[in-house]
Amino acid sequence: MVSVSREAWKEMGLTAGEYERIKELLGREPNYVETGMFAVMWSEHCSYKNSKAVLRLFPTKGPRVLQGPGENAGIVDIGDGQAVVFKVESHNHPSAIEPFQGAATGVGGIVRDVFTMGARPIALLNSLRFGNPRNPRVRYLVGGVVSGISFYGNCLGIPTVAGEVFFHDSYEGNPLVNAMCVGLIQTDRIARGAAAGVGNPVMVVGAKTGRDGIHGATFASEELSDASEDRRPSVQVGDPFMEKLLLEACLELIDAGLVVGMQDMGAAGLTSSSSEMASRAGTGMEIDVALVPRREPGMTPYEVMLSESQERMLVVPKQGCEDQVRAIFSKWGLDAVVVGRVTGDGQLRILENGQVVADIPALALTEHCPVYNPVWREPAYVATAHAFDPASLPAPADLGAVLLEILSDPTVASKEWVYRQYDYKVQINTVVPPGSDAAVLRIKGTNKGLAVTIDCNGRYCYLDPYTGGAIAVAEAARNLVCTGAEPLAVTDCLNFGNPEKPEIFWQFRRAVEGMSEACRVLETPVVSGNVSFYNETNGQAVLPTPVVGMVGLLPDISKRATLSFKQEGDVIVLLGETFPELGGSQYLQTIHGLTTGKPPALNLIRERAVQQATLAAIRQGLVNSAHDLSEGGLGVALAECAINGGMGAKVVLPGEVDPLTAIFSESQSRILLTVSPGNLVALENLCHQHGVPYAVLGTVEGDRLVAVDQRGQRVLDLAVTEMTKRWREAIPCLIA
Amino acid sequence: MRVGVVVFPGSNCDADVKHAVEVVTGHPARFIWHRETSVDGLDCLVLPGGFSYGDYLRTGAIARFSPVMQAVETFARSGGLVLGICNGFQILLEAGLLPGAMQTNNVMQFRCQETYLRVETVNTPFTCLAQTGQVLKIPIAHGAGNYYVDQATLAELNGNNQVVFRYATPAGDVTAQANPNGSVENIAGICNRERNVLGMMPHPERCAESILGGTDGQVIFRSMLAWWTENRGVALAIGTAMVGDPAGAHPTGAVPADSGAKGCCGRRDGKGGDRGEC
Repeated sequence: MVSVSREAWKEMGLTAGEYERIKELLGREPNYVETGMFAVMWSEHCSYKNSKAVLRLFPTKGPRVLQGPGENAGIVDIGDGQAVVFKVESHNHPSAIEPFQGAATGVGGIVRDVFTMGARPIALLNSLRFGNPRNPRVRYLVGGVVSGISFYGNCLGIPTVAGEVFFHDSYEGNPLVNAMCVGLIQTDRIARGAAAGVGNPVMVVGAKTGRDGIHGATFASEELSDASEDRRPSVQVGDPFMEKLLLEACLELIDAGLVVGMQDMGAAGLTSSSSEMASRAGTGMEIDVALVPRREPGMTPYEVMLSESQERMLVVPKQGCEDQVRAIFSKWGLDAVVVGRVTGDGQLRILENGQVVADIPALALTEHCPVYNPVWREPAYVATAHAFDPASLPAPADLGAVLLEILSDPTVASKEWVYRQYDYKVQINTVVPPGSDAAVLRIKGTNKGLAVTIDCNGRYCYLDPYTGGAIAVAEAARNLVCTGAEPLAVTDCLNFGNPEKPEIFWQFRRAVEGMSEACRVLETPVVSGNVSFYNETNGQAVLPTPVVGMVGLLPDISKRATLSFKQEGDVIVLLGETFPELGGSQYLQTIHGLTTGKPPALNLIRERAVQQATLAAIRQGLVNSAHDLSEGGLGVALAECAINGGMGAKVVLPGEVDPLTAIFSESQSRILLTVSPGNLVALENLCHQHGVPYAVLGTVEGDRLVAVDQRGQRVLDLAVTEMTKRWREAIPCLIA
Repeated sequence: MRVGVVVFPGSNCDADVKHAVEVVTGHPARFIWHRETSVDGLDCLVLPGGFSYGDYLRTGAIARFSPVMQAVETFARSGGLVLGICNGFQILLEAGLLPGAMQTNNVMQFRCQETYLRVETVNTPFTCLAQTGQVLKIPIAHGAGNYYVDQATLAELNGNNQVVFRYATPAGDVTAQANPNGSVENIAGICNRERNVLGMMPHPERCAESILGGTDGQVIFRSMLAWWTENRGVALAIGTAMVGDPAGAHPTGAVPADSGAKGCCGRRDGKGGDRGEC
């Protein structure tokens, strides 16, 4: 074996210390192929070497958890022999330089993670972050990402039912594209990514292997710069038709009971799928790359092992069943080729026409990567930001004009321009479509429903990552509760800058601590997730963005709520309390262009009480509408209820704070409910039972949103039609 | 009524159509894999939506060569009911079972949204329980639903009452604003001269249960059942098997979708999910 030059392993992203460790593990110098395999498996993207220690803070267990982190996706029991399988993953770097294919293959990858466990994917969600849409390149990125998601998800026939789009200058060069997939499975059909059974064949199924995406995982583990355009060949190309065939064939394979283990070939392709499957089962594997179906001739073992060609899976079927496997795949017009077998010696041995080209202990690739504990330090900006007093700003004269301005901010405005490009109805389960707090899907053949949401406010996380992380969890749960669902569990996608910078690692650590605390109190364990570091352009990091995906259960889907006002004369009740908390708010951002201040505080005990009271009210059938208060506070929440219901309201603002604060403060743990007058007493009793403060604000009436202060002075008076126009037309005007 | 749902590689509304047919009509449906060469024993065929062969070429252009299409054509020529929805419509166009072609939406984007369809004729097995001028709220989800046909054929379609649905406002006015994709004359669905083959871009299977926010799609499946019940075993002779088109008796205008539609054999049909037994 020929040893590798210093330039080569450095080029592949390994450090000198890591290279030494590889030599120790092998007891010799690695060759070129082996060095490449270590480099991708020990990249941050695959190894979590910088984040592993911190991620152990997450609570991951609960009575419903069937599979926590460590597999292709998490699994949560929903009763009656059924379970939900879900995970979120980032595809930020590829999308930054090739938005269409980057976003498309992001969808493809997360869908494979779910059906590889045997689940039928029933919903897609996405969380997107972009810079200022007035910049033409940002508009190009928005258009490319949205059409990439549309292209891939629509073709697959999986509805894209929910998501969020958030704009902030920090994401200008490094957009975030996080895709989440939810699947449904019979608990007796769960497949796992383990290569058990010495002697069992190993098969490559699906698409042929080409030269695309080589070192994609390494690319994902470095900062972006002006030279990143050169990385375009690291971006994979998606074929959703191939994926649809692969999906149907794999589910048929599992139904036929032929599978021992199965895993998709995502980041680091054949290298990661083979080494991870062997490690999980405590076995080894022998693969001859000459047998892998190729898209082009002349590929080297290095290229085959590191290719990230899409729509491929590694399958370990039961011995003797190879022909049945081939028959199923041939029905769908796909390759299924035996490329090797499971061995008992723990080695991942790669051959080319029988000649050994790499021979590595599987565990060395998956488990023996050095774990780092990066240094962390609170950044200087935090204290400055917290010292800022929003009251020092000139108070706006016309609060109505301010509300219209915020409603037409693209972060708050209607996302219809985005989601009407996604097929959100296919599979005919979508009971609450995009545009609500959370989407609701029915589960055919039962009375149950699933609510799904994805959420994060990067401004809060920047200003106070602990509180911001906790709020991301609390708000996701609140979104689910507003539909009538009990929150079950979390998947997270932690998007941060370069962890080697102490200030960034502080953000990361504090955010995970905050999220963990919220997950514990709200009893929503983390069952899967993904870390995306190095989201920086030319040294500038994005806002810390720990995106939270959450799934909830409606035991009886007929007891559900949506946000729109339903009935003239209904009483509007605000659960929770409003404090002078304009720090980090949408008001500061939109009106003053500021990302500063101390973000709203979160009392998790109060949060839980508000959620439980709301859930009880919806399940008792008391509630006609429910909406969570978030960006833009009470003003935006009232406007959204009015716009979606096509009716106005008259409210008296809570008295403890001034009108500006009452309308735009983003105090947490608040939910806006409407009830028919006859149900008000029952709702009040529930609030008392749960120890939840509330205020009766007014009634649903007319075609204007009118707010008066405690003295009866009119501080807001807007036609619903005008708000609707500003809210609906903002994004099409800016982007189309 | 025995319904076959044809599954091409890339079909993705096959299970939805099967579910809707079974829920609305109470009759079982079965899948027909595209490699099958016979559709014997079936009373109607549905070509569902999706992206057959990825639609990387022209939509439906490859699916028309699937082995099953020979049988579909024979079935259609002998009077069997064939309903093509979305990609199924596109395949019927490519197969020459319906005239015209699809272009990319004029908005150059995929569109998933509610549309309102004005029923232009009830003289088809697919609309015989509807009323002429009735407005149905049925969603679309497509990137290439911009129907095009040359002037001479268009005149023929209009002359023979082959335009079955047009995109309209909720009040039933056929306007440019109501046209989501640029289709010529707001056409959303057409039938063949013999009236036993219908292609439509909107998805009736997506609004056939109240939990999904609408039930206007039911009338299509109920009409098929009603027509089959009345004509069971009888091949569709051109025009004669149908009751006379009552277009003249129902001036164009909005009719509430659940007002109870006229049955194909002259009886009133019940509301909601009732079977269309005549």
